[in-house]
Amino acid sequence: MSFARLQGLDRSLPVWVASVLALVLLMALPIGWIASLSVGGESGPTVAHYRRVFADPALQKALWNTIVLAFWVGLASIALGAPLAWLTARTDIPGRGLIRGLVLASFVTPPFLGAFAWVMLAGPNAGSINKLWRSLTGSDEPLFNIFSMPGLVFVVTIYTFPYVYIMIANTLALIASDLEEAAAILGAGRLTVARTVTLPMAAPALLSGFILSVLQALALFGSPAILSLPAGFHTITTQIWTFFQFPPKTEMAAAFSMPLLLATALLLLVQKRLLGRRGYAAVGGKGGQRRTIPLGAWRWPALLAILAVMACPIFLPYAVLAKASVSRAWAQPLSWDNLTLANFSFTFFEYSATQAAILNTLELGVMTACVGAGLVALLSYVTSRQLVVGHQLVAFLALAPVVIPGVVLAVGLFIAYTRPPLLLYGTLWILFIAYLTKEMPVGYAQSDTTFRAIPVDLEDAGRILGGGRLRVLRDITAPLARSGVIAAWCFIFIGVIRELSASIILFTPSTKVMSVVIFDLKEEGQFGAIAVLGIVMLAMTFATVALVQRVLGRDFLGARE
Amino acid sequence: MKSWSALVGLLVSIGMLVTVPAAAQDARLEAAKKEGKVVWYTSLALPTAEKIAKLFEAAYPGVKVEVHRTGSQRILQRVMQEMQANLKLVDVIHTSDAGHFVLLKEKKLLMKYTPPGVEAFPAGFKDKDGYYFTLRATVNVIAYNTKLVPAAEAPKGWKDLLDAKWRGKMVTAHPGYSGVISTHVLALVQLYGWDYFKQLAQNKLMLVQSAVDPAGVVASGERQVAVDGGDYYYYQMKKKGNPIEVVYPKEGVPLVISPTAIASFAPHPNAAKLFTDFTFTRQLQQVMADSEGLYTGHPEVKYPADKPKLSDLKLLTVDPEELEKRNEEIKTRFVEFFGA
Repeated sequence: MSFARLQGLDRSLPVWVASVLALVLLMALPIGWIASLSVGGESGPTVAHYRRVFADPALQKALWNTIVLAFWVGLASIALGAPLAWLTARTDIPGRGLIRGLVLASFVTPPFLGAFAWVMLAGPNAGSINKLWRSLTGSDEPLFNIFSMPGLVFVVTIYTFPYVYIMIANTLALIASDLEEAAAILGAGRLTVARTVTLPMAAPALLSGFILSVLQALALFGSPAILSLPAGFHTITTQIWTFFQFPPKTEMAAAFSMPLLLATALLLLVQKRLLGRRGYAAVGGKGGQRRTIPLGAWRWPALLAILAVMACPIFLPYAVLAKASVSRAWAQPLSWDNLTLANFSFTFFEYSATQAAILNTLELGVMTACVGAGLVALLSYVTSRQLVVGHQLVAFLALAPVVIPGVVLAVGLFIAYTRPPLLLYGTLWILFIAYLTKEMPVGYAQSDTTFRAIPVDLEDAGRILGGGRLRVLRDITAPLARSGVIAAWCFIFIGVIRELSASIILFTPSTKVMSVVIFDLKEEGQFGAIAVLGIVMLAMTFATVALVQRVLGRDFLGARE
Repeated sequence: MKSWSALVGLLVSIGMLVTVPAAAQDARLEAAKKEGKVVWYTSLALPTAEKIAKLFEAAYPGVKVEVHRTGSQRILQRVMQEMQANLKLVDVIHTSDAGHFVLLKEKKLLMKYTPPGVEAFPAGFKDKDGYYFTLRATVNVIAYNTKLVPAAEAPKGWKDLLDAKWRGKMVTAHPGYSGVISTHVLALVQLYGWDYFKQLAQNKLMLVQSAVDPAGVVASGERQVAVDGGDYYYYQMKKKGNPIEVVYPKEGVPLVISPTAIASFAPHPNAAKLFTDFTFTRQLQQVMADSEGLYTGHPEVKYPADKPKLSDLKLLTVDPEELEKRNEEIKTRFVEFFGA
C-alpha cells in the first residue's frame, strides 16, 4: 500500500519540491530579512529596536489606530457583504446579475482611487456631498468628514466587503437545499433552518471573509495615506513607510512590522482551530437543488436599498472622477467655463511618465498573473490533497504574505535583492517578485476553495482505474478546476495593476507603474491628471473582467450559476 | 501655443550663443545625442517641469528629458536608496532643500560643473566650490480664498495664524516631503522658535505633502487659509482665475533657493551638461519668471509687474549647512506637533 503510494508520487515529486522551494524564496527570504533586521545590532542581537518602537507614544497610537481600523472594517464588511450575498444567492430579488456586477466592480476598484474620489465627495468643506448638505440644511457643520477614522473605515469597507460577499455567495451557492429541506420537513421553521443548517455551513466562509477583510485593512497603505495623513494620524503601514524616508530607519520598520506578522499567524491559527476538524463534504459539487426564497413585497425595496448602498463604492466615486477629469477646477460645478480636455492632453501628451507606466503595469500584470495562477493551483492542489509532509507549513507560507504590509515586504526584497548574487533592484523583476508574493494569498485562497470543492472521490475513481496522479490531475482535476484557475488569474492581475504599497519603495525611474504615478500626482494635488489616469486604470481593469467573463461565460465572483 | 513656438525659436538661436566654443559645443551635442536622454529628478511643480523638458527637447531634437517629479525629501531618499544599491540612474538632481546639496557634495555624489553665466548670480545662489547652483527661488507666503475670507479679515502676518478663529480652517504642506517647507520651517523656527509651530498645531491644520498642494486646497475651498507654500504656484493658480490672494508678511518671507547639480556618476553626462546649461540661459530663466512666477539669480531677468520684486521683500534666509544639520530635527518635531 505504502509502496504503491510512493510509486504514484515519484514522478510528481519534483513538481511539489520546486513549488515549495519557490515559496521559501518568495516569502521566507523577505520575512527572514525583516526578522533578522529587527533584532540586528552593531554588536550582536538586540531588542533595542523593539523597545524604541513600543515605548514611543506616537507609534503606540499608530498601532492602536490600525487595530481600530481593521476591527471595524472586518465587522462592517460582514454586515455589508453577508446580507448582500444571501439576497443574491438565495432569494428572488430582481436584478441579481446587476448586483453581482456592482459588487464585482467595487471588488476591482483600486481602493486608493476610491479614497481619492471620496476626498472630492466628502472633504468637509469642498466635498460635493457636504456642500449639498450645507445648502439644503443651512448647517455650518459638514455631514461627514472623510478625513477621520470613521471616514477611513467607511472607504476601506466599501472596497473590502466583496471579499466577504464572494466567500458567502459561493458557499451558499454550493450548499444544496436538500439538507435545509430535510430540516424543514422535520418541522423546523425558516429561521431555525437558517440558524441550525445554513449558518453553520456558511460559518467557515463568514469567518474567512472576516479574517480576509481584517488582513486587507491591516496591510492597506494608499487609503490611509490619502485620508489619515491629512487628519494628522498614522496607521502602521503609513508609519512604516515614513521610516524609510531619509535617513532610513529600516530596523525600526522591521521591528514595527513583526506584530503584524504575529497577529496574522494567530488569526489564521484561530481560523484553523475553529474550522479545521469539520468536514464540509455537503458543500460540494454534486447536484442538489437550491431553493429560492421569495421576498414577496420586499423585492423592489430591497433592490433599491442595495443600489443606494452601491452608490458609495461605484456610482458616486466614478461620477466624481469623470467630472474631475473634464473640469478645470474639480470643486466647481460642471459649467461650460469649467469644461476642458486639458487634463487628458496633459496626461497623455505632456506628462512624460504616463506611457511607460501604462506599459510597465500591463507587462507586470500579465506576467505575474500567468506565473501566479499556475503556482497557486499547484500549491493548493498539494495542500488540499495533503501530498507533501509539512503541507500545513506550505499553506501557512502561501497565506503569510497577507500580513506583510507591502511596504515591509518591499524593504525585505530591497535588502535581499540589492546585493549579489541577485541584483534585481532597478528592474521589473523585483516588482514581479513583490507582486507574486503579495498576490499569493488571494490567489491561493481562491484556488484552495476550488480544489476543496472538487470531490476527492472522483480523483480516487480515476486512480483506481489505473491513472497516475499526473494523469488524473490532467484529465479529471484540471478540467474541474479550470474556471477556478482563471478566476485566480484575474484576482492576481487586478491585484497587480492596482498595487501601490510595495511599488512605492521598489520602483525606479524606468520601472514606474501607474499606481506610483497616481500617488506622485496625489502628493502634489494634481486632481485632473489623477482622474484621467484613474479612468485609464479602471478601463484596463474592466476590460480584463469582460474578457474573463467571455472566457468563462459568467462573472468570476461565483462558483456556478 | 503661439508664444511657445516663438520661444522655441528664440531658444534654438540662443543655443548658438552660449559661451562655449562652437566646435566643442558641436562635439558635446553629438555626444549628448548619442546618449539620447537626460534623467532629471526634480521638485519643480509638474506642469512647470514638463514645460521646461518640452522646451529643451524642441531646442535639441534627439535628446529626451525623462522627468521624475516628486518632493525634495523623496528625491533625496531616492538618490540615497539607489546609491546604496549601486544603481546609477539619475543625471540631474534638483530639489528645494539646499541642505541636500551640502550632504550630496560631502558624500562625493556631485559632479563639479559650472554652467556658463552663473558667475553673475548673487553669492547666496551658488556653491563656492562649483558643485551646485540655484536654478530658481521662491518665497513662502500665506494665501487665502477670496470667496471665503474678506481681505480685511485675512491674516497679515505669521502670528495672525495662531488666532483661534482659524481653527480647522487652515492647511499646511509637509517638511518631510517638501524642501520648500523644510526651509520655511527652519526660517520661522529661527525667527520665533519651535513654540510657534506648537501653537500653530493647536489650530488643527489639514496636512498635505507638496508645497504646491495648499494652492489647490485653498482654491477648492476645502480650507480657507494656507499657512505656507511657494508663492510661484499661488501666482500660477491665481492667473488661471482661481479665487486666491497671496499675503507677504512684513516680518519677512522665508527665501527658498532650489539648487541643481549633476550627479558624479551621471549615466548621460553630456546630455546632463547640455540640459543644465540650457536651464541657466537667460531665456529659460526668463520663462520661469514670466509664466511660472519664480525668482531666479539671473541678473538680467525681468519680473512680471503683478509680483513683488525679491529686492522689495524682507527675506528670511537659512544657511544650507544649518538646514542639512537640522533636517531630521525639523521633520521629527513637526510630526510631533502636527501628528503625522
